[in-house]
Amino acid sequence: MLDLALKGKPRYWIWISFLITMILIGFICWLREHHIGAAFTTGLSRDVSWGFHVGQLTFFVGVAASAVLVVLPYYFHNYKAFGRITVIGEFLAVGCVLIAMLSVFVIMGQPSRVWNVILHPTPHSIIFWDMFVLMTYLFLNLLCGWTILHAEKKDAPPPKWIKPFIYWAILWAPSIHTVTAFLYAGLPGKPHWMTALQAAHFLATAFAAGPSLLIIISMIIRKVSKFDPGQQAINKLAEIATYALIIHLFFIGLEFFTAFYSQIPDHMKSLIYLYWGLEGHDRLVPWMAISTLLAFTGLLIFMFPPLRKWNVTKLIGAICIFFSIWMDKGFAFVVSGFIPNSFDRVTEAWIALNEFLVAAGVWSVGALVITVLYKIAITVKEKAVFDKYGQKQVVD
Amino acid sequence: MYDGWKIILGLIVFVIIVTLPFTMSIGKPYVQPKPSIDTPEIQKMEKKQCIEPKQYMREMHIKILYSWKDYATREGKRVYVASDGKQYDVSLQNTCMKCHSNKEKFCDECHNYVNVKPYCWDCHIEPKVGGVK
Amino acid sequence: MITRRDFLKIAAFSSLLGLGGAFTINALEKEPGQKVLKDINALKGKRWAMVIDTRKFKTELDFEKVIKACHKAHNVPEIANPLHEVKWIWTDDYKHSFTHTAEEYISDEIKHRKFLLLCNHCENPPCVRVCPVKATFKRPDGITMQDMHRCIGCKFCMAGCPYGARSYNFLPPRDYIKEFNPEYPTRTLGVVEKCTFCNQRIDKGQLPYCVEASEGKIIFGDLYDPNSEIRKVLSENIVIRRKVELGTQPMVFYII
Repeated sequence: MLDLALKGKPRYWIWISFLITMILIGFICWLREHHIGAAFTTGLSRDVSWGFHVGQLTFFVGVAASAVLVVLPYYFHNYKAFGRITVIGEFLAVGCVLIAMLSVFVIMGQPSRVWNVILHPTPHSIIFWDMFVLMTYLFLNLLCGWTILHAEKKDAPPPKWIKPFIYWAILWAPSIHTVTAFLYAGLPGKPHWMTALQAAHFLATAFAAGPSLLIIISMIIRKVSKFDPGQQAINKLAEIATYALIIHLFFIGLEFFTAFYSQIPDHMKSLIYLYWGLEGHDRLVPWMAISTLLAFTGLLIFMFPPLRKWNVTKLIGAICIFFSIWMDKGFAFVVSGFIPNSFDRVTEAWIALNEFLVAAGVWSVGALVITVLYKIAITVKEKAVFDKYGQKQVVD
Repeated sequence: MYDGWKIILGLIVFVIIVTLPFTMSIGKPYVQPKPSIDTPEIQKMEKKQCIEPKQYMREMHIKILYSWKDYATREGKRVYVASDGKQYDVSLQNTCMKCHSNKEKFCDECHNYVNVKPYCWDCHIEPKVGGVK
Repeated sequence: MITRRDFLKIAAFSSLLGLGGAFTINALEKEPGQKVLKDINALKGKRWAMVIDTRKFKTELDFEKVIKACHKAHNVPEIANPLHEVKWIWTDDYKHSFTHTAEEYISDEIKHRKFLLLCNHCENPPCVRVCPVKATFKRPDGITMQDMHRCIGCKFCMAGCPYGARSYNFLPPRDYIKEFNPEYPTRTLGVVEKCTFCNQRIDKGQLPYCVEASEGKIIFGDLYDPNSEIRKVLSENIVIRRKVELGTQPMVFYII
């Protein structure tokens, strides 16, 4: 099947070349960091030792986990509209897990010692478990997606042995994001992160951002290929995103209540820093203002059925939600955990250009893998005019 | 054979790359590395012997050092009892390099020859030959 | 008859295995038959702890002597930018050393007093819990050790430590060391370092540099030994510790 990825229109090859260029640029920037030191190439410091890359890990594990939202309804509830796009969800998860794992890799100061994680397995460290669950999830999604697509290509039902793996992947999805939340939720002296709500909150944001990205991707697939992911599926994704977004905003409210009703200074300070600025430090205030504005714009659009169903506003809403959560979870959440620092002072952090380019390289690796897998999937699907329920899935 | 010329071209490129290490060294003279033990400290010694016999050190020095770092840093064991019963401080900087104060002519001589780059010196300070570093 | 498709599959799979092999780490095991022992002079203790008598530190020089003794001996780089500095032992004022518990109406003298800060060698250290490779680990004598050979530089321990005791090498450390101590290593770019309670000295029967340089202002000893000097000092003075509410059980005590 892999040969299907080797035939494409010029625009396909331009996109592939663009991604490879970005990967090379990212790689050079990564080498540069290890040559001259992270002081010049990242926005990190002694007080804020984690930043943009760890944010990307957090965010993209979420997007990867949200593949479960198309796989679960289809396999557990026989929700037929998602039948066409389970593979799209699974392949998205493959790319996002790769982004997440590479994001951890690029924060390492001694990348050549990465094997120490396997050589000296340490079950009391959450990073050890994170690596383990992400590897497993990557394998499961690649296996399930590939096997099902292969069956589709041969116009045969998927083999029976794949079923347990599909169920395993479904159960695994929430667990990968729970483990990610545990990276944060068990650290004494980091009150902003240390909330039992963390894993649930991560899943809520993931289930808003993930479907939003799937909506955007489905629209792009419609535009560039003859395969139609299905209007019903896209509408359902928007509904799921709406509920998840509301839960996310509700959870933010809960955090505010606990912090401000208890009046415990350290619990309030991170929130004050994010939304109003603390002791004159307010670099993230506009960032969070934009994120909040985007969240409410998305919410307004998705709350009203006519706007949610009209594809133009749906796309705008999905973009709003995706970026709102990316800004929050992909950076602000990580930095604000370090504020105030261990000495009750404020050290701010930002994203350095070199750091951003490394991240762009990492995204490009994910995007490249997703592109290649989608190219194969779409080529297979374009050849079958009707899906297995007799619905037309190819537009002329 | 479909695409025969592509396959043959690919095979040729493959063979060239695989044989590069051999083809690149054609014409280069073979110089046997000769690590020097001519340091003032060793000259002063009555019996010029390392902590263990020469052949053993030649083969095993990296394994010894590799375990020493764990013994000293992780287990707090810092006394090496040699096979002849003599005791030595478990320390690269304060035992090995005290005698072998000529890193360039001793360590590097063979390491360069076989093109290995031990990362010991990223942290451990090599003895002063007109100044540290 | 092997089909072309199967041949390619097998070829791809075997080259993948080959690639994997290229990355296999040379897992050097310990050379067997070696005899490596503990020094008979080594200080023996079950839980090393430290009491800093902050009343006795009066002048700048008192602090400087202690800090310099440590930083010079351990080749700690001098980096001016506080964002990227490396420090094993340093000072801060009352309010910022004892966040949460600092008394607002305490005497001005104490408010302006400086306090020596260093790794607390917690009995229940979060940094050890989070480290994915056991680069930071607990020694049986209570020292929270940092193995710079093994550290992968993930910086998780820095997020885990509630005392800001850990420094990451954001800059090539050797460029910022004026005078090298040839008997101790430096560190390299991309590893985390911190105070080790001078494990290398304890293993040989010596007290930590800071204790030695303080000339009696810092008391070091075995907290689990009821007859030790440190227990006597603790029972006769009122002491405070940093952030005890977190349950980490810091092992550095301050006499106010």
